[in-house]
Amino acid sequence: MGVESSRRRRPGPEAEERLPGGGCVTGRRRRSGRNMAAAAPPQRRRRRRAGAREGVGGRGQWGAGRPRVRRGGGGGRSGSGRGEAGGAMLCCRLAALGARRRLRPLGPAAVLQCHHLRYPSRSLMSSGVPGKAGSNLLFYLIVGGTVTGAGAYVYKTLRENKERFTSRVTTITARSQENASSPSGAASRGSAAPEAHPEVPSHVPFLLIGGGTAAFAAARSIRARDPGARVLIVSEDPALPYMRPPLSKELWFSDDPNVTETLRFKQWNGKERSIYFQPPSFYVPARDLPFVENGGVAVLCGKKVVHMDVRGNMVKLSDGTQISYDKCLIATGGSPRNLPAIERAGKEVQQRLTLFRKVEDFKSLEKISRQVKSITVIGGGFLGSELACALGRRARTRGLEVIQLFPENGNMGKVLPEYLSNWTTEKVRREGVNVMPNAVVKSVSVSGNRLMIKLKDGRKVETDHIVAAVGLEPNVELAKSAGLEVDSDFGGFRVNAELQARSNIWVAGDAACFYDIKLGRRRVEHHDHAVVSGRLAGENMTGAAKPYWHQSMFWSDLGPDVGYEAIGLVDSTLPTVGVFAKATAKDTPKSATEQSGTGIRSESETEAEASEVPTSPSASPMPHVPKQGEDYGKGVVFYLRDKVVVGIVLWNIFNRMPIARKIIKDGEEHADLNEVAKLFNIHED
Amino acid sequence: MSYCRQEGKDKIIFVTKEDHETPSSAELVADDPDDPYEEQGLILPNGDINWNCPCLGGMASGPCGEQFKSAFSCFHYSTEEIKGSDCVDQFRAMQECMQKYPDLYPQEDENEEKEKSSKDLEDTPVEASFAKEEKGSS
Repeated sequence: MGVESSRRRRPGPEAEERLPGGGCVTGRRRRSGRNMAAAAPPQRRRRRRAGAREGVGGRGQWGAGRPRVRRGGGGGRSGSGRGEAGGAMLCCRLAALGARRRLRPLGPAAVLQCHHLRYPSRSLMSSGVPGKAGSNLLFYLIVGGTVTGAGAYVYKTLRENKERFTSRVTTITARSQENASSPSGAASRGSAAPEAHPEVPSHVPFLLIGGGTAAFAAARSIRARDPGARVLIVSEDPALPYMRPPLSKELWFSDDPNVTETLRFKQWNGKERSIYFQPPSFYVPARDLPFVENGGVAVLCGKKVVHMDVRGNMVKLSDGTQISYDKCLIATGGSPRNLPAIERAGKEVQQRLTLFRKVEDFKSLEKISRQVKSITVIGGGFLGSELACALGRRARTRGLEVIQLFPENGNMGKVLPEYLSNWTTEKVRREGVNVMPNAVVKSVSVSGNRLMIKLKDGRKVETDHIVAAVGLEPNVELAKSAGLEVDSDFGGFRVNAELQARSNIWVAGDAACFYDIKLGRRRVEHHDHAVVSGRLAGENMTGAAKPYWHQSMFWSDLGPDVGYEAIGLVDSTLPTVGVFAKATAKDTPKSATEQSGTGIRSESETEAEASEVPTSPSASPMPHVPKQGEDYGKGVVFYLRDKVVVGIVLWNIFNRMPIARKIIKDGEEHADLNEVAKLFNIHED
Repeated sequence: MSYCRQEGKDKIIFVTKEDHETPSSAELVADDPDDPYEEQGLILPNGDINWNCPCLGGMASGPCGEQFKSAFSCFHYSTEEIKGSDCVDQFRAMQECMQKYPDLYPQEDENEEKEKSSKDLEDTPVEASFAKEEKGSS
């Protein structure tokens, strides 16, 4: 579409440009002077003609179409042979004027135009050959023929362009109609088979593309608000919806040898749960979805949506099935990024690489960690650091070497201020990880049976397996067929504050670049955000029309002794103010979960907000001996933007998220942040 | 004694317990309890039940969601002396439905769920009798 319209557009404006501009006036004048132009000597005209045709782009067309206009000498030179030099000057001036009014590239042509000034004698000379009627006639013929030929050429080109455009458009519409008819043909063939219900319903009121946290939260929200709603989740992942945080944390700390099969984990307080949001019996089979009495949630696993027709409200799956919908949610999440150095490295290296995101990645990495001697984690953010710590714990018991490489100065370098990042790096080292900061991977190769990673500063790392945790690429392939906007700054589908992309289409989770009323446009890749945005999208799909208001939080645990919760814009490039107290033995994530009585902090924040469990009596606190310098035991860090708190990190203090949320929601300028820090009672449990 | 340090753009303050004993002078904006944008608790400002409350877990959205909603609504709006005594049928229907999905609604957690959701109704005075009612009917 873009090519066609631009091609069409190009001649258009230039043609228009000419008319109101100086060209118009001169043109008219020149047109009147057509015959006069013919009177000019052939030599000059030829030169000018060359000049006209050498013009750039549209000018060439324009010049070719009306060479007389370019010459302008016709207008200037009324009367044959009279004052040709003066007329030539006028022509030149007019051409220059016209050139200036037109696009800049035409400048040189204007100069070319005026080259005849260099040879005034010749022009004068040539004008002084009157009375050669025969040559005049010849001249008329040549000029007339050229003009006619050029005019015909221009007309033909314009005509062709239009034809090509219309034919292209019809091809596209025909193709889309074909696509529409062939899957429906396939579907009808399928349903013609002797089955009561087709395997996949052809129409669902609520279609959720993607089977992760955001989609599940939306399904739950829709079912809660719309009685008897029928919701279909289409997931590329073969597994039912599950939560990801335990894949890099709790599942690794489990003592169960069958954890890769059960995917259950026992918490500090003994409460166990599965990573799956609901067991399979929760879901309705897809074929029964349109018929089950009170509606339900059905999941199509291992199917990918490859095409989306927004006008027709339907999607097409990879196997050709077509499903139409009333309301659709896109929650496609993202795919792990890979390093270019590793991508170039070849198949041998790819076989020893894990891009960690899904359940099967956890299963395979868990198996590998028991087989190899050395694993390198590339990436110093949340996932990389958590995996490094989890593997580091195994390192102690199984003699596994764990190395972590990243380009920043310290772990969580992009999230935590430098002093905390350094402190965190020390903690990760204490977990048994060989942390190598300021490491940029240059190349990876296979040597013997091991991998050799070469860094840009010359260091070499020999290892058996690589885990790459270098970021997430949002899955926006559907944007093309759906005609949805993709954000260029943050990636992901661009949606408004109510998570809506188009009338019946919402986007939630990692793939949504949305407008946060308080903090501006952003894209968030955290679990709680997926829950909050999924829930909000579900509410809006059932008519709520609420904007993103409840600020989501995130957390990270680096081993049992270091943990923090955070909310808002937590970017280490922002100026920060940190208020710290000394840590005691009680201030660890372990004691936080014990006190609140819930298994995971994710649950305590998002699921059972209203529950209250009496806190168990704890042992008397023992202050830690401060290490050299300060010990950032526990405290609160405020991230500021224009003196307003836009992000807060609760460092080793827990269950204070509501007050942090309130401070960000207020968006006030506080003169003394120490006073604000008092609200958190950092010295207490 | 608290002290302060500046590292580039980052300011670090260390405070002792005594420093934080005086009440905070930070001012917070008063909350509007009827703000429609805010996440609501179990009971909405107009008195309706918020079925989307995270505290309910998946109770209102699962296969037995409709039965749960009718039973719980009946209990909530019940004006009987023993609250919910006129809702026995709905609760029985809910029980029967839940028994069909034992791994979704494990028997020993079932009563805990109901107790939890009943606790969240701040205005109900007779929670204990409701819980007893449940145990009686199961």
